[in-house]
Amino acid sequence: MNATIRWVRGGGLSTLLLLLPLLLVFGYFAWFPIGRAVVMSFQETNLVTDPAWVGLDNFRQVLEDPLFWTSVRNTLYFTGLALLFGYPVPLVLAVVMSELRRGKGLYSALAYLPVVVPPVVAVLLWRFFYDASQTGVFNTILGWVGLGPFSWIQEASSAMPSLVLQATWANAGATVLIYLAALTGVRGDLYDAAEVDGAGLWRKVWHVTLPQLRGVLLITLILQVIATFQVFTEPYLMTNGGPQNATVTVLLQIYNYAFRFGDYGAATALSVLLALFLAVMSAVYFRLTRSWSTT
Amino acid sequence: MSDTVKDEVRVTTPAPAAPVPAPAPRPRRRGPDTAGERGILSEFDWGRAGTRWGMRVAQGLVLVLLAVASLGPILWLARASVSTTQDTLRTPMAFWPSGIDWANLSTAWNQAQISHYFTNTVWVALGSWFVQLLVATTGGYVLAVLRPRYAPVVTAAVLATLFIPGVVVLVPLFLTVLDLPVVNASLLNTYWAVWLPAGANAFNVLLVKRFMDGLPRDVYEAARMDGAGPLRMLWSVVLPMSKPILGVVSIFAFLNAWKDFLWPQIVLPEPTLQPLSVRLPLIRDTVELDVFLAALLISMALPIVIFLVFQRLFLRGAGLGGAVKG
Repeated sequence: MNATIRWVRGGGLSTLLLLLPLLLVFGYFAWFPIGRAVVMSFQETNLVTDPAWVGLDNFRQVLEDPLFWTSVRNTLYFTGLALLFGYPVPLVLAVVMSELRRGKGLYSALAYLPVVVPPVVAVLLWRFFYDASQTGVFNTILGWVGLGPFSWIQEASSAMPSLVLQATWANAGATVLIYLAALTGVRGDLYDAAEVDGAGLWRKVWHVTLPQLRGVLLITLILQVIATFQVFTEPYLMTNGGPQNATVTVLLQIYNYAFRFGDYGAATALSVLLALFLAVMSAVYFRLTRSWSTT
Repeated sequence: MSDTVKDEVRVTTPAPAAPVPAPAPRPRRRGPDTAGERGILSEFDWGRAGTRWGMRVAQGLVLVLLAVASLGPILWLARASVSTTQDTLRTPMAFWPSGIDWANLSTAWNQAQISHYFTNTVWVALGSWFVQLLVATTGGYVLAVLRPRYAPVVTAAVLATLFIPGVVVLVPLFLTVLDLPVVNASLLNTYWAVWLPAGANAFNVLLVKRFMDGLPRDVYEAARMDGAGPLRMLWSVVLPMSKPILGVVSIFAFLNAWKDFLWPQIVLPEPTLQPLSVRLPLIRDTVELDVFLAALLISMALPIVIFLVFQRLFLRGAGLGGAVKG
């Protein structure tokens, strides 16, 4: 009793009260749902009857779904293409921009502009740009140089690259600014030293700039992979998984299980599988790259 | 799993930690690079005509590329939203072949009820901003300044959520919102369903906490000597000193709420409550193309204006914010 009074007098209670918003919000909307996800993946939940334990049934159902491997393949394809388009471009832009003596603000603002456009607006706009007819926006532009018309998102083979192109447009600016911030941290004396050794421009970039950035490069790589594995808005609004399921991603599957078919157990099981995969992948990645990232 | 978390934490920590400056020095202007700091090219390199021109050409090309890629689609939309549907479909890349049609914007705003959904979006964004700021400032303050004995445990629990991909909690979070444990209330079709979960943003809390960790502690002692209680100290001492970081958190909180699509779509099935991002895909089939494009323009206008006004804050925040947000 005395201890409690002392605790209250010493400010313990007011501290706890101040922490209450964080505890409540995280408790309800982060910690509890995370725990619940694990439980739910082993349960049959339909909101009508009480949840029932079904062991590994949800996982079996998800893995046996003919669309499962399609969605995994598509997601890997999206991630691969996103890295191919979206990883080198911002780096080149940032390196060129870091050498600017004037107008860096203008370049940065231009690069970042697409990032502030709401994704839904961007996707719907690009969906119109991708009009497959002769008079589609992109087809008109490419027609000037005698290319096309292309079918963009109408055809299974070009649908995914089209989505990735849009996603890269929308996100590259954020990566450019991260690299730009990292580039200001590269020590000038290392360039001095390289010049003393007679290094030219390319060798300075290769032997000084890139090694100095490797910590940031390694982290943005894995974060980008984790983010692209959870891609949803683009395939949902641009193609809704089509044509011929060519753009069904894992997250689209999760969404369909839960919010189209009301199968919350299967949706959660697939989410948990995805999270486990990402966790294992990140662990392996950091173990493999540990020796490079010691800076 | 715990091993994973530890690894990631270790590698990730330096990234957000480094760029947050102590409050005293003003953030460096992004103006012309001053002498003393050098880039890849030395003064000697800049002196050589070949290198200088090569670099200028490269930079000019990048500027053109950025302008076309970033501004192009936005300017195209601005033009299309004041053109007739006919023009946009037949000759999408021509300037106004049959004149300017300003009526699209007012049709979209009034008839297509974009004004209504715009107001909804403002509500969603303002509420999310407030909850995020409340949680991050009070939480960051307790964890960084008051530091009760259990603070490290709470910090670790908050940090842990940073490494759980958002997708895992999507469905359980929805079920939680449908029936909040203990209080047994449903938040479905209320803005609380968007506002409150937005507050559970570990990144904000850690950013604010790390900033407050860097504030000089003797100021608190002085305030305490003057008889300031914890709340008073937060309001009159810590918050004024934390303005730079609160600005960054605010701007991203508001913008991310404006951009959010999946979560509002799930928890706000009632059409009259929906924000623009949820509504736009649905009105696409019900209005004419020129009006729809005008609606798209209106939906991106506010974020762009905010970006242009607070550019400095955005560009400073993006270096540390974008990375971990993913």
